[in-house]
Amino acid sequence: MTEAEPHLTVRGLQAWYGESQALRGMDFVVRRGEVVTLLGRNGAGKTSTLRSIVGILRQRTGSVVFEGRETVGLKSNAIARLGIGYCPEERGIFASLTVEENLLLPPVVAPGGMTVAEIHDLFPNLRSRGRTPGTKLSGGEQQMLAIARILRTGARLLLLDEPTEGLAPVIVKAIGEVLRVLKQRGFTIVLVEQNFRFAATVADRHYVVDGGRVVAEMTNHEIAARQDELKTMLGV
Amino acid sequence: MFTIEILGKTYNSAAVFGQLLIGLINGSFYAMLSLGVAVIFGMLRIANFAHGAQYMLGAFVAWALLNLPELFPGSGLPSIGYWPSLILAPVIVGVVGMATERIFIRRVYDLDHAYGFLLTIGLAMMVEGLLHVRFGSAGLPYGTPKEFQGTFNLGFMFLPYYRAWVIVASIIICFGTWLLIERTRLGAYLRAATENPELVQAFGIDVPRMLMLTYALGVALAGLAGVMAAPIYQVSPQMGQNLIIIVFAVVVIGGMGSILGSIVSGFLLGLIEGLTKVVYPPGSTTVIFVFMALILLARPQGLMGRT
Repeated sequence: MTEAEPHLTVRGLQAWYGESQALRGMDFVVRRGEVVTLLGRNGAGKTSTLRSIVGILRQRTGSVVFEGRETVGLKSNAIARLGIGYCPEERGIFASLTVEENLLLPPVVAPGGMTVAEIHDLFPNLRSRGRTPGTKLSGGEQQMLAIARILRTGARLLLLDEPTEGLAPVIVKAIGEVLRVLKQRGFTIVLVEQNFRFAATVADRHYVVDGGRVVAEMTNHEIAARQDELKTMLGV
Repeated sequence: MFTIEILGKTYNSAAVFGQLLIGLINGSFYAMLSLGVAVIFGMLRIANFAHGAQYMLGAFVAWALLNLPELFPGSGLPSIGYWPSLILAPVIVGVVGMATERIFIRRVYDLDHAYGFLLTIGLAMMVEGLLHVRFGSAGLPYGTPKEFQGTFNLGFMFLPYYRAWVIVASIIICFGTWLLIERTRLGAYLRAATENPELVQAFGIDVPRMLMLTYALGVALAGLAGVMAAPIYQVSPQMGQNLIIIVFAVVVIGGMGSILGSIVSGFLLGLIEGLTKVVYPPGSTTVIFVFMALILLARPQGLMGRT
C-alpha cells in the first residue's frame, strides 16, 4: 500500500461560509485503495473539507486534484460525475422516497459499480425494505442506506462523514465490517471521524485536523504509540 | 324526473345533476391548473401567479395556429387545428416558460416568497396587457373540433361530447402527471430535489436545469389546459385572471405542493361550487374561499399537505 499513485490530492484548500473561514489551507493526499481518516474535534473543519471537495461548499480556493483533474471551480454535479461518492453527516435520506428509490437515486457515473444484489448481500437489512419510506428506517439502517446508495454509481472514491455518529456499538461494528469489505473491493475511502478508536480499526492513515488545517499525520501503526499526543489534539 | 332533498329543501334532480356536471367540468380545469401550480411550488418554492396568463397563452397560441393564414396573409402558412395544437401549443408555451425561468424566475429563488409573487404577477399583467392592446377583451371564437360536435342525452341534461372529453382528458392528464412524479425515476429526482437540492446535485444531477424543466412542465400543463378551454370559454386576454385566484385557493386547500391534494381538491371544489349554484346561487363565487378559510382553520397544512 506504500507508494500507490495519489487518488486525491488536496493542496492549500481554503473555504468560507459567507465571511467566516472554515478551512485555512488543508493539505493531504489519499492514495488509490487507501482508507484515510480525518480526525478532529467539532468545528475543526472535517465536514467542511468533504463539502469543499464535492463542491457543495462553493466558496473555496486552492487545489483538489482527483484522478489527475482539478475540481476546484467545477460544480458539484460535475464533480460527482468524475466518480466521487458522498455520504453526508446528516445521512441525507429522502423522506418522500422509498428505500428503493433512495438506493437507486444517485445516477451511475462510471461502469464497475456494485449491483443491487451485491449491495443487499452487504446490507441484508435493506433487502426486504424496498417500499418503506426512507426515513422510517432505524438510524443504523438509514446510515447503511446512505452508504449503500453510493456504491452502485461506479464512484471509486467514497467520502464518508461520521458514519458511526450516534449509533449503537453493535451497528458501529457492522459498519466497520462494511468498510473493510469496501476496502478489499478496492474503494478509496476518506472517512471523517471523531472516534479514533473506531478509526484505528479500519484506516491505513490518519490526518488530524484543527482550525481548518492538517496539524498531524500518522499511520495506523503509530496511533498506539502517539495516543497521548492524539488525545490532547482531539481534546478527549 | 325525481326530486332531491338537500338541507331540508327539495330540488329538481335535473338541476342538481346539471350543476354537478358543470362543476365537474370546471373542476377539470381547476385540477389541471392547480396541478401545475403544485408541481412548480413543490420544486421551485415559487408561487406561480403567472399560471393564469400561461393558461391564457395556451388558448391564444391554439387560436393563432388555427388562424395562421389570416394572421400572416400571403405567407402560405397552413391553418393548424385542434389536435396538433393540443401538442404544439403546450410545447410553445412550455418553451416560453423555460425562457421565463432562465431570464427572470431563477433570480428570485434565494429571496423572500414575496418577490416570486410580485415577479410572476407582474409578468402576468404585462402579457395580459399586451394581448389586450392587440386583441381587446371581446374574446375570440374557437370552434369545437368536428369530432366532438354533438351531445349525449343524459336524461337530465345534454352533455356536449367536447365537455365529456375535457373531463376524461383532465383525469388522464392529472393521473399521468401524478404517475410521472410519484412512480418514475425522474419523479424521484424531483421529489428528492424538493427536500435537499444540494445533495441531489452532489450526486451528479444538474439541479438548476431540472428546475428549469420543471417550470417548463408546469407551464406546459397550463398551456394544455388553455387549449382545452378554448372551445368552451372565449379566448380572451383576461380568461386566466379570475381562474388564477380560484386555482391558488384550490392549491392551498389541497396542501401547498401536494400533487394528489391539488388534483382531488380541484375536482372536489368544482363539485362544491356546482352544488352551491343549486342550493344558494349567490354564494357560488364565494364558497371556494369560505372552504379555504375553514380548511386553514382546521388543517393549516391543507387536505393532503405534509406537516
